[in-house]
Amino acid sequence: MASDLAVSVRGLRKRYADVVAVDGLDLEIAAGECFGLLGPNGAGKTTTIEICEGLNSADEGDVVVLGRRWATDERELRERLGIQLQETQLAEKLTVAETVRLFRSFYAQGRSIDDVIRLVQLDEKRDGRVGKLSGGQKQRLAIACAIVGDPDLLFLDEPTTGLDPQSRRQIWDLVEEFKSTGRTILLTTHYMDEAERLCDRVAIVDHGKIIALGTPRDLIASLGGEQVVEFVLTDSGNGAGELTAEMLRQLAGVRAARSRGEDHGTVWELQVAELHRTVPALLAELTRRDLHLAELRTHSATLEDVFVHLTGRQLRDE
Amino acid sequence: MSNPETRPRRGFPSDSLVQLSSVRFKEFIREPEALFWTFAFPIILAIGLGIAFRNRPPEVVHIAVVGPSPAAGRVAAAARADSGLAVEELSVDSARVALRTGRVALVVVPQENGQLEYQFDETRPDARNARLLADNAIQRGNGRADVVTVSESHVRERGSRYIDFVIPGLLGMNIMGSSIWGLGYTIVDARRKKLLKRLVATPMSRAEYLVSYLISRIALLVGEVVVLLGFAALFFGVPVRGSILQLALIILVSTFAFGGLGLLIASRARTIEGASGLMNVTMMPMWVLSGVFFSSENFPRAFQPLIQALPLTATNDALRANLLRGAGWGAVGPEIAILGAWTVATLWLALKWFRWR
Repeated sequence: MASDLAVSVRGLRKRYADVVAVDGLDLEIAAGECFGLLGPNGAGKTTTIEICEGLNSADEGDVVVLGRRWATDERELRERLGIQLQETQLAEKLTVAETVRLFRSFYAQGRSIDDVIRLVQLDEKRDGRVGKLSGGQKQRLAIACAIVGDPDLLFLDEPTTGLDPQSRRQIWDLVEEFKSTGRTILLTTHYMDEAERLCDRVAIVDHGKIIALGTPRDLIASLGGEQVVEFVLTDSGNGAGELTAEMLRQLAGVRAARSRGEDHGTVWELQVAELHRTVPALLAELTRRDLHLAELRTHSATLEDVFVHLTGRQLRDE
Repeated sequence: MSNPETRPRRGFPSDSLVQLSSVRFKEFIREPEALFWTFAFPIILAIGLGIAFRNRPPEVVHIAVVGPSPAAGRVAAAARADSGLAVEELSVDSARVALRTGRVALVVVPQENGQLEYQFDETRPDARNARLLADNAIQRGNGRADVVTVSESHVRERGSRYIDFVIPGLLGMNIMGSSIWGLGYTIVDARRKKLLKRLVATPMSRAEYLVSYLISRIALLVGEVVVLLGFAALFFGVPVRGSILQLALIILVSTFAFGGLGLLIASRARTIEGASGLMNVTMMPMWVLSGVFFSSENFPRAFQPLIQALPLTATNDALRANLLRGAGWGAVGPEIAILGAWTVATLWLALKWFRWR
């Protein structure tokens, strides 16, 4: 039912001078859902979220937010949305309380300034200058400004990028607190752990398109294996060149196999359902072919592996 | 979430307009550099100019006579009869150096046939002055008699000194600088920091945002004007002869005109560097043309219509008319009309072109 959708995007396209940022993107976000757009830098996440926020215009496509359209209902929409942008620097000479009070004054309805400052745990910095806050504190203040109007829909664009682990966890607590009140959140991130922890559903975005959509659990399960085995061979083995993905797929419990070139050699990657059967089989096969391991790692599959599986690339080039 | 509250939004002044204006004001007064440039700098400039151009006893003019020779001695003695001349006898070479470096304004060279040659730069007013004084003293010393008897009475009136001229100019320049910088810099900085984009993502009224700049500007202006004019009146005795109401109106409308100009400069620029360039290009010609330090009437007649139409010329002329001459409303009417026209035109263009993201 359309009325239950907080955000509905159909056939969205946006082209800048020489790049296509968004290339035919569809999106439906239910009311009360925390939805994540996950993808590498330059995938079109920010362009998409800014079009939903009414801060950017679409070349093509239809965007309905809270049952309204930007062209006709901008004023009402602004009252009901909370927005945190990726790179906003709030005025450094103002105090925390002055900043929140300023943003509160823009909304007809909203929450009390004290409540919001307490919620984002900036009570002690209440009268401190914004310029003196740490990165995490600034980001919490940005979220305070986004929620002080008591929004029905909250947009967060890379809310924890560049923050230390403790600050990230504090932001996650804030998002979960907001989520618990039954309101809708659309966030973008390139951290898969963030998406897995916060989002009810995620859309993996690449080159301006959604290439996978579902709950984090379903997406990971779609790999067919919940575990990932990675290994690198030494150069000394006799038959190093003979190994193929086809051979590896024959091994017990292997759902998918691929290789990728890295600085220190070719990395082989297997998606595996049952680690305890695959690893002995792999070792036996390598011994039989007189191949030697330089490295062997295993980990539980994440959204990162989903991205790698779908695109053949890492989510982050780090 | 817990206790949402509602408050009436509309009405004047709305809560958001009050918040925006007070935030603007606080940001300014928490910036020590801005305080210095706005309040202290014009006073320092006024003190400097006041000292440099203070009314002194008529200056002594330095001249040289090429010598030594008996003829040179006679010429020097005749010239010394005028107390306004300081005379020294120099060799040909040192006299040439002294003239070239401006240490003396005139060199007198006695010729072998008893005639005198005056060497000086005829484009320099002080050199022409030296020639007249020296020639007069030498001719008199050699027996020339005056044919008409003259007497002198000296006039040094408050309101016609250089400091009286320059204080209204400094005030006008200060209003221009703080309005253009105050709006231009802050808005471009907010755009660069994506703060402008963040603000338009709220239900904030864009008109209120821009109006808040003018409101905080006016609040600061009262301080700027009182400090500079108070200082000038107290220490230099610069008069305030016109009505205070008229003075306030001139200052208000010039603030609007320059504020509009600042807004126009800031309407599209994305970087501080770009905006600074535009601000300098806007202000520099007016510093020179609009009669801050010297009268704009020094420029050729053909340029006068253009110069008179500049907002700083209008501001300075109106301020001088009010402060120095105590002029009536009729006399400052044209200037106020010019400033009003600038306000309307710049605000209209700025709002049309303004880039909010």
